[in-house]
Amino acid sequence: MSNNYFEIIRAGVNTTFQDKGRNNLYHIGIPFSGSMDNRNYLLANKLVGNKLDLPVIEFAYQGPLLKYSGDKINIAITGDVIFEIRKKDNKIEGNCYESYQLENGDEIDILSTNKSVYGYFAVSGEFNLKLQWGSCSINTKANIGSNEGKKLDEGQKINISKLNLNQEKKKINYFNSKVENIRVIKGTNFNYFSEEGIKNFFEKEFTVSKLSDRMGMRLEGPKIENIVSPNIKSEGLLKGVIQVPPDGNPIIMLSDHGTIGGYPKIGVVVSADYDRLVQISSGSKIKFKEIELSDAVTLFKLYEMETQNLISQI
Amino acid sequence: MIKNISNLGDAALYCDFGGEVNKTINSDVIKYFNTIKEKNIKGINNLTPSYNKLIISYDLKLTNFKEIKDKVENLEIKETQKIVNKKIEIPVCCDDSLSLDMERLKEKLNLSKEKIIGNFFDKEYFCYMTGFIAGMPFLGDLDKNMRVQRLETPRVKVPKGSVGITEQFADIYTFESPGGWNIIGNTPLEVFDSSKEKEPNLINPGDTVIFKQIAIEEYKNFNE
Repeated sequence: MSNNYFEIIRAGVNTTFQDKGRNNLYHIGIPFSGSMDNRNYLLANKLVGNKLDLPVIEFAYQGPLLKYSGDKINIAITGDVIFEIRKKDNKIEGNCYESYQLENGDEIDILSTNKSVYGYFAVSGEFNLKLQWGSCSINTKANIGSNEGKKLDEGQKINISKLNLNQEKKKINYFNSKVENIRVIKGTNFNYFSEEGIKNFFEKEFTVSKLSDRMGMRLEGPKIENIVSPNIKSEGLLKGVIQVPPDGNPIIMLSDHGTIGGYPKIGVVVSADYDRLVQISSGSKIKFKEIELSDAVTLFKLYEMETQNLISQI
Repeated sequence: MIKNISNLGDAALYCDFGGEVNKTINSDVIKYFNTIKEKNIKGINNLTPSYNKLIISYDLKLTNFKEIKDKVENLEIKETQKIVNKKIEIPVCCDDSLSLDMERLKEKLNLSKEKIIGNFFDKEYFCYMTGFIAGMPFLGDLDKNMRVQRLETPRVKVPKGSVGITEQFADIYTFESPGGWNIIGNTPLEVFDSSKEKEPNLINPGDTVIFKQIAIEEYKNFNE
C-alpha cells in the first residue's frame, strides 16, 4: 500500500487517466486515445517536474474534488480551469500553469472549466497504474487502460507510487486562445457533396452538440447535402476526420473514435488545430476554413515550435 | 495493386486498391499491410487495412507525406505470406429475444425466418478486416438474396455479442456500442480479450469463420 494518495470525494463529469496514447493498434480496432489536448498535457507534467510522458488526470467541464493524504506533494492544473485549494486554515483560489504544494489533509476542488472542455491535473510523482499496450489511457467504450478502462469514481483512492524529490515552485504565463475557426484539408469524398453543401460547410457556422464526447464531436447547423451516396465502403478513420452521415450533420472523429467508418469524409482537421478543436465546448460555434496540405505542415511546425518554447520556459 | 495514393489530412496516406470488394483486392491490401508492418518504417505510427483501402498514419514531427509516399511506392511486396489463417467456429443463438431485427429482415428480404437462418448458417465466411470497435470482425460474403441496407436510424446501444448483417457482410459487436447493422442473433463467445496484449482478437483478417446455431439453453449456460 502507498502512503501517499488522493481520495475522490466527487468524481467530476468524465475524469480519466490519460497519457500520450497508444500507437500501432488501429488494425485491431483500438484507437489512439491519450490526452485530448496534447499541449496542456505536456505542460501539466513539466510544471510538476515530471517526465513529459507520465500519466495525468484529465477531466471535462467539471473536475474532481480530491482530498490528499501523505507527504508534501506539488500539483499543477492546465487548461482554462477554475479551482481552489482548501488548507486547514485558509483557502487559495488556484491559477492554472502554476504549481502548488499540498500537505496531508488538504483538499483540491476542481470546480469547472471556463468556456472550454478539458483540463489536466498532474502531481509531482507517479500514479500507481496498470498500463495496457504501454499506455494508461482509459478508453471507456472498450474498457481499455488503467482503472479497468472505467471513469474514476467517487470513493476511489488514487495511489502515488513515487514522489519527486525536487519540488520547487514552477510557473508560466500562458493563456489558451479561444478560436472558433478550425482549418481543414479537403476529405477523400469531397465530391460526394453538392456545391451548396460545400458552400454551407465553409461559409456557415455550426454549433457543437451536447452529444459530443471523447469519441466524436457532433455538429448542428446547415445540412450538408450528399449527391452521390450516403455510404462508402467501410474504411479507416483518424482523429480529425469529418464524416457526414445521411442526416447531413457532420461528426468530427476525436481521440477515442471508432477505427473504421462508412460515411463519406468531407474534410480532415489539420494537426495544428486539434488541441484547440477539442476545447470548443458544447453550445459554442465553430467555423471551417479550407487550407492546402503544405500550409497545414507549416502550421504544424509553428504549433510544435510554440509548444517546445513553452515547455522550455518552465 | 495500389491504384492511387492521396493524403487524408496532413498526417496520413490514403491508398486506394480499387472500387470493388473481393478477396483478391483485400489480400493485396493485407500484403501491403504485412510488408509495411514488418519494415518498421520510421515515422509510421498506424496502419488501417480495410476491404479495399490502406490508411498509413505518420507522425508529422518525424516525417511527411512525400517521404512516406516515396517509400510505399518503392516497396517490394512479398507474395508469400507466412501467416497461417485459422478456421473458427462461432456459436450464435437466434432466439427471438436476441434476433432483434428478424421482423425487419423477413420483410426486407422477403424470406421466412427458417430460410434466413438456413442461408446464414450454411456458409463459410472470410474475415476482410477488424475494427470500428476493438476486435470487431467484418465477414463476407453473404448470398445475394441476403443483402440488406443498414437501419435507417442506427441503434444507440447494440448489445455486446450481437451478430449483425448488412450488404454482403456480417459482423460481431465485441462491446456494447452504437451501430446500424441488422441484428440476426447473439454469440456468448468472447471475441476480444484485452488482457491478451499480443493476440487480443479471436478472429483476424484472412481467417475463416463458421457460425454454429445454438439453442437458448446452451446460450445461457455457455459461460457457466
